[in-house]
Amino acid sequence: MPEIKTQNQTATGIRELTFGEAIREALAEEMRRDPRVCILGEDVAEAGTPFKVLSGLVEEFGKQRVVDTPISEPGFTGIGVGAAMTGLRPVVDIMFGDFLTLIMDQVVNQAAKVHYMSGGKWKVPMVLRTTMGATRRSAAQHSQSLHAWVSHVPGLKVVLPSTPADAKGLMKTAIRDENPVIFFEDKMMYKLKGPVPSGEYTIPFGQADIKRAGTDITIVATSSMVQVALGAAVSLEEIGISAEVVDPRTTWPLDEKTIIESARKTSRAIVVDEGYGRYGVTAEIAAVIAEGAFYDLDGPVRRMGAMHVPIPFSPPLEDATVPSERSVFELARELCGRS
Amino acid sequence: MMHADRAQQTKEPEASAAVGAEIGADRLLRMYRQMVAIREFEQHANDLYLRALMPGLTHLYEGEEAVAVGICEALRVDDYITSTHRGHGHCLAKGAEPNLMFAELLGKEAGYCRGKGGSMHIADPATGNLGANAIVGGSAGIATGAAFASKLLGNGRVCVCFFGEGALGQGVLYEVMNMAALWKLPVIYVCENNMYNEYTHYSETTAGEVLGRPAAFGIPAESVDGQDVRAVHSAAKRFVEHARQGQGPGFLLCNTYRYRGHHVGDINREYYRAKQEEQNWSSERDPIKLLGLWLISQKLTDAAVLESIASEIKAQMEAAVEFAIAAPYPEINEVDQDVYA
Repeated sequence: MPEIKTQNQTATGIRELTFGEAIREALAEEMRRDPRVCILGEDVAEAGTPFKVLSGLVEEFGKQRVVDTPISEPGFTGIGVGAAMTGLRPVVDIMFGDFLTLIMDQVVNQAAKVHYMSGGKWKVPMVLRTTMGATRRSAAQHSQSLHAWVSHVPGLKVVLPSTPADAKGLMKTAIRDENPVIFFEDKMMYKLKGPVPSGEYTIPFGQADIKRAGTDITIVATSSMVQVALGAAVSLEEIGISAEVVDPRTTWPLDEKTIIESARKTSRAIVVDEGYGRYGVTAEIAAVIAEGAFYDLDGPVRRMGAMHVPIPFSPPLEDATVPSERSVFELARELCGRS
Repeated sequence: MMHADRAQQTKEPEASAAVGAEIGADRLLRMYRQMVAIREFEQHANDLYLRALMPGLTHLYEGEEAVAVGICEALRVDDYITSTHRGHGHCLAKGAEPNLMFAELLGKEAGYCRGKGGSMHIADPATGNLGANAIVGGSAGIATGAAFASKLLGNGRVCVCFFGEGALGQGVLYEVMNMAALWKLPVIYVCENNMYNEYTHYSETTAGEVLGRPAAFGIPAESVDGQDVRAVHSAAKRFVEHARQGQGPGFLLCNTYRYRGHHVGDINREYYRAKQEEQNWSSERDPIKLLGLWLISQKLTDAAVLESIASEIKAQMEAAVEFAIAAPYPEINEVDQDVYA
């Protein structure tokens, strides 16, 4: 069982929870702790969302605080911004990350800029939960990973948990943060089980986690790609390659130091992320490594992201668009000069 | 496209002489003073632009003063407003200090937003001003969210969402009106119809009846002569009371007119509206003149009092402009401050 690095941990028990259960537990704990926390979104109350992440919350906290909205993403996101400015701490639920397209004005022109434009006078302590991730056979409008878009915008913080324990600790930090936080949940991980501390803990933003230590190659991976990288690392070990898997956990703030130190130590780096590679998260992190570790590298930093195509429906086509354990293994082996 | 019948739209029915008596002389004179202050502020803003002392452009509120003043006079200091790119009037009417407003217009450290917002983003928590917004319709969500918070927190505050008739084209407005009606939120949508979406007459962009839109959501709605501050205030009081008592949102359509161009640089306007139309509004439908004449006719004041108000305001605004011109710019190291709270 891997060590779980957290902050403010007050209990030592460890249980197995799914990724979805861990997020629900974080929300429930924060809603018990702080009556200002409320949830807004489509089918968040009795339905508990289509992914059932919120099941049980309306029963405990009531319909005043777990609010089913019309199918009006810009409207209820804007309501979240205004409510955050005036004393609540809303968690806005955007069912599919693809619907970021609908709310970009509220996120980019409103939420992200209110604090700065007002000279620091107004704040927007809002969490926007949404999903990412392909291979659910949902086709091009329900499968994208668009976290790079919001990572580009000053004023936002962007979180990509990869394990149940991280999801819980990062969600609690997100709710307590004074800024708009976009929290991406890979919908393919909701059923993923993992150890979660049973006591109170939070995980700070901007602190990468070395999910597996290694000496030959650094694999920087985000969200579900961390699980892919860990799988690849097991196969690499079998052929004598020791891979270090670094999970930034937040794309902004970004823990450049940990990423650079790992690359300098191993002298090789691959960046794996499920967003599009072009102008994407992998490009940014590869640039961070190139700028910070260039003279210690034995080869070019390599990037692996979604193929530059709309996500197709047909299973063999869809599976080909995203990095896999096999493709990460192959590229790592190549970079380490093995054939 | 020009409209032959447009001049007729200047002939709004005057509110009956009786409307306003119950408002009381003190409040009426305060509203008169506020309208004069906004007019004087805007004339100085234009002057600062012409003298090349103001960076960028600004959108002036002259002609529409009765709307902001009549509405804000019905609000408590802890009630909220959201404003627009043409927002100076709303901010002043809600209680903003002219010197800090001018400082913001000039990008100075002393400004409401430390110079980071400028003319289109004045915000002030002390007066409940959630901020002016440069996206047309962009504050509809924020205003409705403030009302959502007021209801959940039970603090009795209402929120007024000011927007121009151009925002009637934005879908998010109808999304939040729907939710405000469903959840009985204390928000009043105030549509300032100054007749022009930038450079296009609203009849070219707006199908059907404006009041049919709130009616579709079951939101009580009224149309009011936006040049008559007494009528605006009376309607606003009813809507504010309704909202504060938990009976839900309201929609007030204020028919008004923008004396100047879309922004200070919009000088040659004859391709979209006639000079005669502009003259008709300013000579026959000016909100300050209308209230002044009415106050005198009702023997609530006399011309000398009104003149002394005008000269006091003039001196105040001149001093505010001098303050702003003399104020320093922010230090360069301010540039990356307050990106995050």
